[in-house]
Amino acid sequence: MLNLGLDILGLARFQFGMTTVFHFFFVPFSIGLAFVVAVMETMYAIKGDQDYKRMAQFWGKMFLYSFAVGVVTGIIQEFQFGMNWSEYSRFMGDIFGAPLAIEALAAFFIESTFIGMWMFTWGRFNKWVHTLFIWLVMFGSSLSALWILAANSFMQNPLGYIINKQTGHVQMVSFSKVLGNPQLWNEFPHVIFGAFVTAAFVIAGCSAWRLLKRDHVTFYRKSLNIALIIGLIFSLGSIASGDLQTRYLINNHPMTFAAMEGLYKDSTNKGEWTAVGGFDTKNHKSTWSVDVPYVLNLLSYHKTTGTVKGMNKVNKELHAKYDKKFGNDMNYYVPTKTLFWGFRIMAGAGALFALLAVVGLIMNRKKSQAIMKQRWFLYILGLCLWLPFVVNTAGWFVTEFGRYPWVVYGLLTIADAVSPNVSVASLLTSNIIYFLMFAGMGLVMVVLCHRTLKAGPDATNIDGYAAGDKEIDPYSKGAFNHD
Amino acid sequence: MTNFQLIWFILIGVLFSGFFFLEGFDFGVGMLIKSFARNDAEEDVVIRTIGPHWDGNEVWLITAGGAMFASFPMWYATLFSGYYLVLFLILASLIFRGVSFEFRANMETAKWRNFWGWAGTIGSFCAAFLFGMLFTSMIAGMPIDKNGDMTAHFLDYVNLFSVVGGVAVTVLCLVHGLNFIRLKTSGELRERALSWNKILYPVLFAGEVVFAILLFFSTDFFDKKPLSTTAIVVALVVFTVLAYWGVLGNHEWLSFIGSGLSLISVVVLIFNGLFPRVMIANNSAYSLLIKNSSSSPYTLKLMTILTFSILPIVLVYFIWSYWVFYKRLASPKQNA
Repeated sequence: MLNLGLDILGLARFQFGMTTVFHFFFVPFSIGLAFVVAVMETMYAIKGDQDYKRMAQFWGKMFLYSFAVGVVTGIIQEFQFGMNWSEYSRFMGDIFGAPLAIEALAAFFIESTFIGMWMFTWGRFNKWVHTLFIWLVMFGSSLSALWILAANSFMQNPLGYIINKQTGHVQMVSFSKVLGNPQLWNEFPHVIFGAFVTAAFVIAGCSAWRLLKRDHVTFYRKSLNIALIIGLIFSLGSIASGDLQTRYLINNHPMTFAAMEGLYKDSTNKGEWTAVGGFDTKNHKSTWSVDVPYVLNLLSYHKTTGTVKGMNKVNKELHAKYDKKFGNDMNYYVPTKTLFWGFRIMAGAGALFALLAVVGLIMNRKKSQAIMKQRWFLYILGLCLWLPFVVNTAGWFVTEFGRYPWVVYGLLTIADAVSPNVSVASLLTSNIIYFLMFAGMGLVMVVLCHRTLKAGPDATNIDGYAAGDKEIDPYSKGAFNHD
Repeated sequence: MTNFQLIWFILIGVLFSGFFFLEGFDFGVGMLIKSFARNDAEEDVVIRTIGPHWDGNEVWLITAGGAMFASFPMWYATLFSGYYLVLFLILASLIFRGVSFEFRANMETAKWRNFWGWAGTIGSFCAAFLFGMLFTSMIAGMPIDKNGDMTAHFLDYVNLFSVVGGVAVTVLCLVHGLNFIRLKTSGELRERALSWNKILYPVLFAGEVVFAILLFFSTDFFDKKPLSTTAIVVALVVFTVLAYWGVLGNHEWLSFIGSGLSLISVVVLIFNGLFPRVMIANNSAYSLLIKNSSSSPYTLKLMTILTFSILPIVLVYFIWSYWVFYKRLASPKQNA
């Protein structure tokens, strides 16, 4: 066969990256939208203001599109562990399978049942009951994030296991330790807060574009207000939980942390922080950098003194620790540029979101017209609707590349995890087709959201299958005739 | 083999039974979008019958997959990597059909509504057929090596037996879907579904007979477990007869339960024949067994406790959601 220099490992890794990144465009967006829509509907239930109901229905449409794509791309995730990573599945099944199964049982059933209930029962139930449905959807999807992150946390920081002497596979000995993994409780709030911020700034951005056209001004200003309040609270929450996570990394994954900060050599007591820089990853050194003193220590330890280990030192330590088991030809350097820039995108955007939210809320006060006059600000908000997706991807990259070269930290290397019996041709085919499908679905998503936005809140019909519904209303008299 | 291993082998079977019972009519209804419905308004009603449910039904598959990963990692790893391309095609079909309902409803032009209608139809046909083919070829035995890795050729996946199995499952889903339409609609669609099933059931009988004959020659089921295998095959045919009787006498519930139980019989047939194996290797020494493919006793026990505490609650609201939508949908007016 034609040799394109492609191997199973590279293709399987590419596929995992591509499918998770695409899936993870929609997961935070859906979780966040469920939350924002639930807040809107709750406001409607409390105040009885029709505007809030229209809001819940209008933004709820985007939620439904996103949810549909999220669901179908999620099945790929569950299947691909067995399909592409059979050795990993054998090695990890005892621990990894359980959260995955519970995720389906405890979370997916709630989510999928109540989204159907919410979607098709407007006006049929008491408004509080109907509001409860969307909260249950939001609860279910957050719960699913918890379980999948529990599984992911084990890969980052294995706890509560032993190695079975006969099989060499990991074996669970303490479920409470698996679930009590500090990695999980650092990661989970950060992911959920990030999801809320994602939905908040997409709604803020969409509202901004409509306000620029002076379309439904009251409606979009109200939407903007809710979005920015949620955006402000949770961007601050993201920053705080991100800080917790970073400081956890210093001790637990010093290599990851050093790469995020671009440190090859140990830092000095002055705590010079590299704001931006260039790296020679082959020779393991930085080529140029713009340094700010003390900031590194402030970020790492919340004080001005202290030192942080550089990658070169951590590399030696890891060799000393693992050479016996994995041999001395391992490369423990993580992809430095990806982590360094990924971290900067994430942290920078977090700060920007908080700032935009504060400025926006001030301009959008009820009695002020500032928001309508400062068009530049609306343009910035409008452009920032794409930013959360970039940030989520960057965050995911930092986490997942950060455990290189392991798939399960310290226990199993990525190279040992792949399915040996899947051919390059199969993988190449599936990669190409997935890519085309994702491109198509992404395009349809954007077109649908754009169209929904253009049609405006008055065209709202949450029902989805709207076209002929007026004539075939299943709940009208005469539609009931059972035998 | 421990009790927990046995419980989980049975539970995986139960989850797949739930999946085929529910997603069976779901696939069937999906196939009907472009074949059975005669115009756009009818397509709306057909899709609407499963609108609130298809997503929840699919969770049964996700739960079955997750449960297999958790309780029998070796089985999961061998099956999923061995059936790489088949599962990839299943995923592609499920994706197309999954988004098609939502996308179709929101398309503005007839051309694109048509496109997504076809995506739902073809996706449903392919998914049902491929599932049938996968399980049929699996029980015929596959080339599996010492490490449990399967390296099969095209003809191991696609052969007379597996194609007949695929077609049989497809037709079974189709009649199940029609029986569901009979329950969920009124008027023209309801009557047409009845007349379609009058024609389709004889086809299904023929399919079941051919399948049973090939089962005899292609698997060791009749050798190893002559009694139970025969009993289940008979049950399969009896349920189909009952469903057909429901068609002829216009008893809608009888037909629906009959076709649902036929699908479950297929799952029971497979699991009964597999036992005490989970994957059948051509070289029987390499077959994967329940006793050496499972997770640790700790994990199995944990999963058992969690499943038996969560599943009953799930079933309550799952069934309640069907009750909420237990209303017939009117067929659109003619020439609408």
